[in-house]
Amino acid sequence: MILVILRHLFRFLLLISLQILILNNIQLGTFINPFLYILFLLSLPVNLPKLLLLPIAFLTGLSIDMFQNTPGMHASACLFMMYLRPYWLKMISPRDGYDIETEPSIKKLGFAWYIAYASLLVFVHHLFLFFIEVFRFSEFFDTLTRIALSSLLTLLLIIIAQYLTSKPKSTN
Amino acid sequence: MRLLFQLIWRNNFTLFFLLLQIFCFYLIAKNNRFQQASVLNATNQVVTNTMEVVNYVKEYIHLRDNNTSLAEENARLRTMLTENKYELDSVYSPVKDSVNLQQYEYITANVINNSLHHRNNFITLNKGSLQGVKPEMGVVGPKGIVGIVNHVSEHYCTVMSLLHKESSSSVMIKRNKFFGSLKWDGENPNYMYLNEIDKTVPIIKGDSIVTTAFSSTYPSGIFIGRVVDFQVEPGSPFYKIKVRLAMNFSALSHVYVVRNLMKKEQSSIEELNKAKEDEQ
Repeated sequence: MILVILRHLFRFLLLISLQILILNNIQLGTFINPFLYILFLLSLPVNLPKLLLLPIAFLTGLSIDMFQNTPGMHASACLFMMYLRPYWLKMISPRDGYDIETEPSIKKLGFAWYIAYASLLVFVHHLFLFFIEVFRFSEFFDTLTRIALSSLLTLLLIIIAQYLTSKPKSTN
Repeated sequence: MRLLFQLIWRNNFTLFFLLLQIFCFYLIAKNNRFQQASVLNATNQVVTNTMEVVNYVKEYIHLRDNNTSLAEENARLRTMLTENKYELDSVYSPVKDSVNLQQYEYITANVINNSLHHRNNFITLNKGSLQGVKPEMGVVGPKGIVGIVNHVSEHYCTVMSLLHKESSSSVMIKRNKFFGSLKWDGENPNYMYLNEIDKTVPIIKGDSIVTTAFSSTYPSGIFIGRVVDFQVEPGSPFYKIKVRLAMNFSALSHVYVVRNLMKKEQSSIEELNKAKEDEQ
């Protein structure tokens, strides 16, 4: 149990620092911002009490906000994403349900399932985040382009990160 | 009553979500207003320490660009010194004399965090209240204006960059002194748009755009950029003028915080006007 918590804590620290130290400093034009840190939220165990999801999402978002000087924006987007997660998990659950303590990952639940799982949540997160940031609909298509491109890149990074981290485990 | 409790308990997930979400929106709304002292901003210790480290690395990457732009600035200032010794603009004068009263003072600062690829961009500087930085002071770079200070801690401050949806600077066309406001559309950090200039005003591509002193934030006459394109919006009495910024925001490193020693005086008499208008 403690090991599981430690693993998640380590993943949290790693992804947050990766986001702050590297990804926030990479400038790929004004339209693309990948937000890899949400991989931490996506990888939380399926059986985690629903009520615990929200404070975790809130704190994760807030820690990114502190560094971006956007108090509340990421927190709000993360909250929204994690609010939808239990319902989305239920909708796309495999035929024989999830194993106890499953962490959603490509390795455990398959590539197609994971893409379906992650793409909606990533898109929802980015949609919420970018529209809060702009806070008006007059630049609707610009914002939509931003959301689409950033979501794609985030998703790509999430997939790459999954393959990079799951390799050593399979040799054990 | 029991039914009510049951209802609340059954929907605790949604209610908790809404509660936290409301708190988030409170934070967002609070940060969007100016001059709000809050613990949850990017001037706290942990955040700034991390940014210093990141910036230490980044400074090396842009060293060449920064050196060139600082050298260019030096050259420009040096020319001013020799060419107009008598009419020396008080802005660049460190000496108090009886002809020109000192109006602006400059506090040098280093950029320790900067973003360009968001819709709303912020910059963090390594100078704070101990060095005399206050909210709403202007920040200028080697080749133009940078933004306005919004949060200040003891050693650091954050600046609302020009590249922010709420940013609107008062600028004018240098040749004929017609003024308007400069805004960013969120696309390219090298271009901004000048609005509110009347269609009847003659404009030429290449016109210089400089600051006005209306806002009392920046000294007037700071070169910002040149007109690259302009068009008349159908149905609007104004031009939409595209301005190429002289400053490269991506290689911003050394900047100055502008302290207007007469700001209080200027705004206090302007307040009087406003109060009178409200009465009428």
